[in-house]
Amino acid sequence: MVHKDLEEYAGVLPPKLLEEIEEQAPASKRKKVGQIVYDEYMKARVDAGESVGLISAESIGEQATQMTLNTFHFAGVAEMNVTMGLPRIIEILDARKAIKTPKMEIYLNSPYNKGKDIRQIALSIKDTRLGELVSEYAINIFEFVIDIHLNAEKMQLLSLTPAKISKLLDKALGKVTKITDAGENKISLQLKAKEDRNLNTLYKLKEKIKDVHVKGIKGIRQVLPVRRQDEFIIITAGTNLKKVLALEFVDPTRTITNDVHEFAKVMGIEAARHLIIEEVYRVIEAQGLSVDIRHIMLVADTMCVTGEIKGITRYGVVSEKSSVLARASFETPIRHLINAALLGEVDKLNSVVENVMLNQPVPIGTGLPQLRVKE
Amino acid sequence: MATEVFLNGKYVGTVDNHRDFLDSLKTERRRGAISNNVNVQYEEHLDRIHVETTRGRTRRPLIVVQDGKSLITDEIIQQLQKGELTWNNLVEKGIIEYLDAAEEENALVAFYERELTPSHTHLEVSPLAMFGLVTSMVPYGNFSQSARLLIGAKNQKYGIGLYTANYLHRLDMDVNILHYPQMPIVQSLTHGISRNEKHPAGQNVVVAVMSYKGYNIEDAIIINKGSVDFGFARSTYFRPAVAEELRYSGGLTDQVSVPDKEVKGYKSERDYRHLEDDGIVYPEAVVGPEDVIIGKTSPPRFLSSLDEYSLAGNIRRESSVGLKHGENGVVDFVVLTENGEGNKLVQVRLRDQRLPEIGDKFTSRAGQKGIVGLIVPEADLPFTSNGMTPDIIFSPHSIPGRMTVSHLLEMLGGKTGALGARKVDATSFSPEPEERIRQELLSLGFREDGTETLYNGQTGERIQAKIYVGSMYYLKLRHLVANRIQSRARGPIQLLTRQPTEGRAKEGGLRLGEMEKDTLVAHGASLLLKERFDSDQTLVPVCESCGVIAIHDSVKNKRHCPICGEGVEVSDIEISYAFKLILDEFKSLGLYPKMILESKY
Repeated sequence: MVHKDLEEYAGVLPPKLLEEIEEQAPASKRKKVGQIVYDEYMKARVDAGESVGLISAESIGEQATQMTLNTFHFAGVAEMNVTMGLPRIIEILDARKAIKTPKMEIYLNSPYNKGKDIRQIALSIKDTRLGELVSEYAINIFEFVIDIHLNAEKMQLLSLTPAKISKLLDKALGKVTKITDAGENKISLQLKAKEDRNLNTLYKLKEKIKDVHVKGIKGIRQVLPVRRQDEFIIITAGTNLKKVLALEFVDPTRTITNDVHEFAKVMGIEAARHLIIEEVYRVIEAQGLSVDIRHIMLVADTMCVTGEIKGITRYGVVSEKSSVLARASFETPIRHLINAALLGEVDKLNSVVENVMLNQPVPIGTGLPQLRVKE
Repeated sequence: MATEVFLNGKYVGTVDNHRDFLDSLKTERRRGAISNNVNVQYEEHLDRIHVETTRGRTRRPLIVVQDGKSLITDEIIQQLQKGELTWNNLVEKGIIEYLDAAEEENALVAFYERELTPSHTHLEVSPLAMFGLVTSMVPYGNFSQSARLLIGAKNQKYGIGLYTANYLHRLDMDVNILHYPQMPIVQSLTHGISRNEKHPAGQNVVVAVMSYKGYNIEDAIIINKGSVDFGFARSTYFRPAVAEELRYSGGLTDQVSVPDKEVKGYKSERDYRHLEDDGIVYPEAVVGPEDVIIGKTSPPRFLSSLDEYSLAGNIRRESSVGLKHGENGVVDFVVLTENGEGNKLVQVRLRDQRLPEIGDKFTSRAGQKGIVGLIVPEADLPFTSNGMTPDIIFSPHSIPGRMTVSHLLEMLGGKTGALGARKVDATSFSPEPEERIRQELLSLGFREDGTETLYNGQTGERIQAKIYVGSMYYLKLRHLVANRIQSRARGPIQLLTRQPTEGRAKEGGLRLGEMEKDTLVAHGASLLLKERFDSDQTLVPVCESCGVIAIHDSVKNKRHCPICGEGVEVSDIEISYAFKLILDEFKSLGLYPKMILESKY
């Protein structure tokens, strides 16, 4: 509830500002402080007709020319290889679906984040395929049987038993094979159908066995437990946010991915917008450059206004432009023109590029005010 | 295992003992039994021997070392001094041999004789041999960063000097000749070897290192008007103009003559005023922009059967050679001759004196190039207690970041040399010791660190700081503003787009590009932007009912629409011609770009 002295500013000034005034200004000066804050706030607003988008583009672009093309960058000793620099910025702003180095930072709930058994926890998330646990394959081409010798050490580390693996194998390949023998760290598989029994399918089966998922969450290719301040977190290569968040030891409030699209799907568009801002800002900072965060916010906003993430590409934000000429002036003009002609689109000449093309005053700054003639 | 041997990259066989093979090959070469152009390399990791005899390998001379001793003995040096031995004798004797890049890989080369050990194979003739011809001409080169040394060497190649003594009899393109070239006071060994005195390219000037009213910021230099009047950096620019009487099919030829008034493309009588009866200018004519110097007419371009019989037929085309826009000069030399095909050839050489002006590029030999920022009357320049003013004022801010110590040392050496009336040896790696130069300067009555007390030329006040003053060799570089300056307010436009032409040769405009446009938009300077882009503004009549460009019939002074016919409302709109063009292109695509007009107010 806003204090009586500040009532007139409710809804005009942001609630956080009002709160701050109330907390920090002495009661006697509250009204006066309110007035000063109001004046300053109004002064700091962007003027009507200011081309904020262009200024953002220039502000980011100017700095971006300084960026090194150094793609890979290790941000510390025990960090993972992550795309940084210009390629990463391009990747984010283009809203690429498949990013070069997907990565997660998994925060853990209280008892687990102390570092005890952190390796075990990390490994339990890692997407493990059977191939990694096998020490040897023995192929019997007469019986069409594959003997799988398992690495006992690795099995123990992942707390897996041959019985469990047999079950998984049966689930994955049960349709074509049957388990003929399951002994101590050894499983034998035979091709079921007689007509399938040839060398080719046998070798193909071996490849399939390698790829059987035995443990962890699909998509998490690598795990790395890292100490961050006074707790342990797990950094992963490869992401699967939805599955990870469902784990009971994971702190869902802080765990993030660097895949903007995935984040939008799981956490919503607002969160994705925030992620875009943070990711871009982090890259710029890492290069030792400084861009006002509000420029990046504006970019992130335009990418997210529609409710889904649109990249700054001809398929994304640019295709949303209302002006045919503006769209045509940015990549693949003929396609845009012909589609516009088919739909009978009308260009109202409301923004900058079209007006430059026609050599008319652009509706920005001094081009905005118009004369109104008395009737 | 046997070592594989390759001759000029091709496998020829094997040898059992590569060491013996290499040794005998080298001794035979040094003995003269094998050509000294043969080089041999042993690739240890592949156990291969490469023998090279091909042309085009860069090779450099080195003194042969045997058992840690240079083959050049005191006796040989004495013989050399007496002239009993020459370089070629040493090469023949195998005392000096040339190594290519490959053989150098197997050599261990010492810089100085005192560094020799038994494992050394060669001795550098001089550390100076590391440098090329021009690089070794940078004084005190070993005191500067290598990058600056390279820039210093590169800049010297653009210096205006006396490139040849017979320039008056030549018709070279784009020639600059310096009027009073001098030998550098501070020079290196290479200056003597290359007989630099025959083709010097700069002048020794007095340089003061200080600021002057901000006109020497960003590497600019201030030059003394008095020095200019005395001939500093004065040069002449020569440019030939050529015209040939070409022969065409049908027995038609070009004709060098004063064009008739009937000729197609006749300029104006004024433009031909310098031509004599033979259609060529007279020597020493002072010509200006667009003046014709060789009058020439050509036969009509397309000879159609219709033209041949028409009254106006046989109209020749004007194809004279004239001066370009903004060009001035004096006709220096006229040659009338015949070329290889037997065509009449006229060559005219133009001459133009070029005084140093603001924007001309100058450089010292230390890679400190700069542009003239201001030319100051001698009276206004700071002066020393002897009443001397510097020729050039050089900004101190150019020094620390670039670390060109050679620049500073040259000033000191130059000052001593100029005062002591002698040359100073500044050969890289073995210059005269700095200490001795300082002592000599002191004995000549100057401060040994080269600084002097200067007085403000305008107020006479003493300048608090001691100013570093010295003599340097400065070069005027051939990038003269006069050949590059460009500006236009109006001028020729392109036929297709009606936008200004591009480039200085075509008297073009300076393009305000996409990014420059953005800056104006960012400032909200909308109307300024529109005005800047008005260069191809056109009035286009548009049919109000169908929105297509209409036709204005200037004979009847009527407008009609190509689709709707007459009797429709046609209004003029102001758009850029480029947009009219794009509308036409849309139509060619099969699109119908309909313009919906609205009243602006």
